[in-house]
Amino acid sequence: MPWDKKRTQALLAKIGETVPGKIRLMEVCGTHTMAIARAGIKTMLPDEIRLLSGPGCPVCVTPPQAIDACLELSTQSGVILASYGDMLRVPGSRAGDSLLRRRALGARIETVYSPVDAVELALKNPERQVVFLGVGFETTAPGTAAAVLTAKEKGAHNFTLWSMLKRVEPALRALIRMEDFAVDGFLCPGHVASILGAEGFAFLPAEYGLPAVVAGFEPEDILCAVSRLVKQIAEKHPRLENEYTRAVSQKGNRLAQNMMERCFEPRGDRWRGLGTIADSGLKLRPELEDFDAEKRFQIRYDGAETKTPCRCGEVITGRLRPEDCPLFGKRCTPEDPVGPCMVSSEGACAAAWKYADMRE
Amino acid sequence: MEEIITLDYGSGGKKTARLIETLLVPAFSNPALDSLSDGAILEGDARLAFSTDSFVVDPVFFPGGDIGKLAVCGTVNDLAVCGAEPKYLSLALILEEGLPLTELERVIASVKQAAEKAHVQIVTGDTKVVEKGRGDRLYINTAGIGFVRYPGLSSRSIRAGDAVLVSGTVGDHGTAVMLARSGMMEGELCSDCAALNGLCAALLSSGAAVRVLRDPTRGGVATTLNEFVEGTALGIVLEEDRIPVRPQVRAACELLGLDPLYCANEGKLLAVVGASDADRALAAMRETGEGRDAALIGIVSGDCPGRVVMQTAFGGRRILQKLSGAQLPRIC
Repeated sequence: MPWDKKRTQALLAKIGETVPGKIRLMEVCGTHTMAIARAGIKTMLPDEIRLLSGPGCPVCVTPPQAIDACLELSTQSGVILASYGDMLRVPGSRAGDSLLRRRALGARIETVYSPVDAVELALKNPERQVVFLGVGFETTAPGTAAAVLTAKEKGAHNFTLWSMLKRVEPALRALIRMEDFAVDGFLCPGHVASILGAEGFAFLPAEYGLPAVVAGFEPEDILCAVSRLVKQIAEKHPRLENEYTRAVSQKGNRLAQNMMERCFEPRGDRWRGLGTIADSGLKLRPELEDFDAEKRFQIRYDGAETKTPCRCGEVITGRLRPEDCPLFGKRCTPEDPVGPCMVSSEGACAAAWKYADMRE
Repeated sequence: MEEIITLDYGSGGKKTARLIETLLVPAFSNPALDSLSDGAILEGDARLAFSTDSFVVDPVFFPGGDIGKLAVCGTVNDLAVCGAEPKYLSLALILEEGLPLTELERVIASVKQAAEKAHVQIVTGDTKVVEKGRGDRLYINTAGIGFVRYPGLSSRSIRAGDAVLVSGTVGDHGTAVMLARSGMMEGELCSDCAALNGLCAALLSSGAAVRVLRDPTRGGVATTLNEFVEGTALGIVLEEDRIPVRPQVRAACELLGLDPLYCANEGKLLAVVGASDADRALAAMRETGEGRDAALIGIVSGDCPGRVVMQTAFGGRRILQKLSGAQLPRIC
C-alpha cells in the first residue's frame, strides 16, 4: 500500500498545529477500531488526542443474555445454527462457554460469509431447522433482509432469522445522554453511512452540538477525518462533514433502505453496556413472522444480566480503555476470553491486544 | 468448566504451544525433544535429524497442491530448516471408508512426484481404514530422517543487528486453502507448497552466517518470528512495506478478514543472518526458484526485548503478537 508519506506528514502537522488542548474523539465502527490499531495511528497523533472506541462492534454490543440463549438453542436437536465466524468465540455468562465449545461437543454450527449462504444451507438440509444469527447494524440489515426474501421465494421454510440487528442512531443518543459522557467529536461509520446517507448523522451537531465526520477506512481517510474534527473543535463550529464522498452520498442507498423497511420494523432492544434502548433493534415485520426464529423457537431473553467480571460494557461506551481493564491480557485473552471485545474481529480489546500500541 | 480440545489447539498458535509445553514436553522431556525446533537432532555415529508431521488439510486437492505433496514437503522442510539433508520418509495413511480409489491414486502419484523432486525416498509405511464418518477422506502422517550437514542452527544464536529475511511472498498457502474451502474465487491464487531443501542448502553453503532457519507454516510469519525472540533480551523490528505479499492474497485476506502475516505458508523460509551477510544470503536465495522473491524484512534489535514490532507502512508502530486461536472470517 503506497501511502503518500508527504501528505500524511502534512496532515499530522496540521493536526498538531490546530489541536486546542486535550480532546476525546470516538469512532463507532469496529472496522475503524481495527484500521486505527493496524496502522498504528494512535502512535502518530499528538498526545492531546485520545481516540476511544464506541458501540460499533456488532458482536460486542449483543447482550450476554442473547449469547446464552444462542448457546441454549445450539444444543436443540435438529437445529443448525448459521453464524458469522465472529460469534463463535464470544463467551456466554459462564466463562469458557461459547458456540465454539458447543460445536466441539457436537452442536451443528456452521460459519457463513453471508446471510444468503444460510438460506442455501437450509435448502441443502431440508430435514433440519437452520437458524441464522443475524447480528450487525444498518450495514448488514439490507443483506439480511434479502436473505429472508430469498428464503420466502425459494420456499426454504426450515430457514429462520434470529434478528439481533441494531440501529446506530438510538444507541448514540443513549450514549450521549449518559451521565459521564465525555466525547468531543464523532468519527462516523462510513459503512453505515453508505446505507443511511451522511445525513443519518446530522443529528449529532444539530441536536447535541457535537462535531461529526463520516470517514472511510484507509488510514489516510481516518487521519483526514481526525484533522477535520480537530478543526471543528478548535473553531467551536460543530457540523456534519463527509470525508468519505467516494462511497457515501447525502441521502444514502435508497434501494437498501427500502429493502430494510420492507422486512424490518424498529423495536426496543437490549445492548451490552447501554441497557434497553427504545427503537434501537430491528425485528421482522409481522407478515414475515414465519421466518422469525424468536417466534418459532419461542426465544426470550429478557431476564436480568448475570453478574460477571466482564467490563466490556464500559469498554464499548468509551468509559474504560481496553488496557485499563484489570482483566485485559491477564484473565481475559483471545484464547480464554471473558468478554466479546477480546474475541470479535472488530472488538476494541482484540484490536488493542493484537495490534498493541507501542506507546503503552 | 471442563477443558476440551477445540480447533484452537491445532492452530499452531498459543493453545498449541500450551499443549506442547504443559502436557507433551513434561511427559517426555529429553535433550533432543526439549529444543522444540522443527526436527530433533540425534547424536550418534552419524548426526541425524528426525521429524514427523500429520496432514489433515481440507480440501484434499487445492490450487497449487494436494495433501500428498504437502505431506512430503512439510516433513522435508522441517528437516531442511534443521540444517539437514532429508533422505528417508515414512508414509502412514488413515483412510475413510468410501474414499474413491482414484482419489487415493492421485494422491499417491503426487507423493511420488514430490518425493522424487525433493530427492527423498519413501522407505516404510502403514495403512489404516476407519468407518465412514470417523475420518474425513484421508489423513497422512509422514516422518523423515536426514543427515545434519550444517549443525548449530538455533534461535539462541541470534544477535542484535542481524537481518531477518523471507524467501518470498507471504500467506499464499493459507489464503489459497481458505478460498478453495469457501468456494469463492479461485484461479490465480495458488498455494506455495514446495520442498525447501534446495533453497536451504543454497543459503547454508553460501558462506553467509546463518543463525536460524524456520518454515513459517501454521501461525504464519508473525508467530514464527515471535518464537525466535520470546523470552530473550532481543526483539525484531519489521518494516511492513518490505514484506512481500501478493496483491491477490492481500485482496482475499481483506475479503475473508484474515491477515497474511498469520496465514500458513508451505514453501517459504524465514532466515536470520548476520547483518553484513544479508546481501550474500539474499543473492544465494534468489538464485533458486523457491527464493526468487526473497527480501529483507526486518532487523534484530535490543530495543524491544522479546517483542516483534511492526513499523507500519502508514508510519505508525505496533506490536505483532503470536497467533491466538484460529483465524476466522470477519462480520461486515
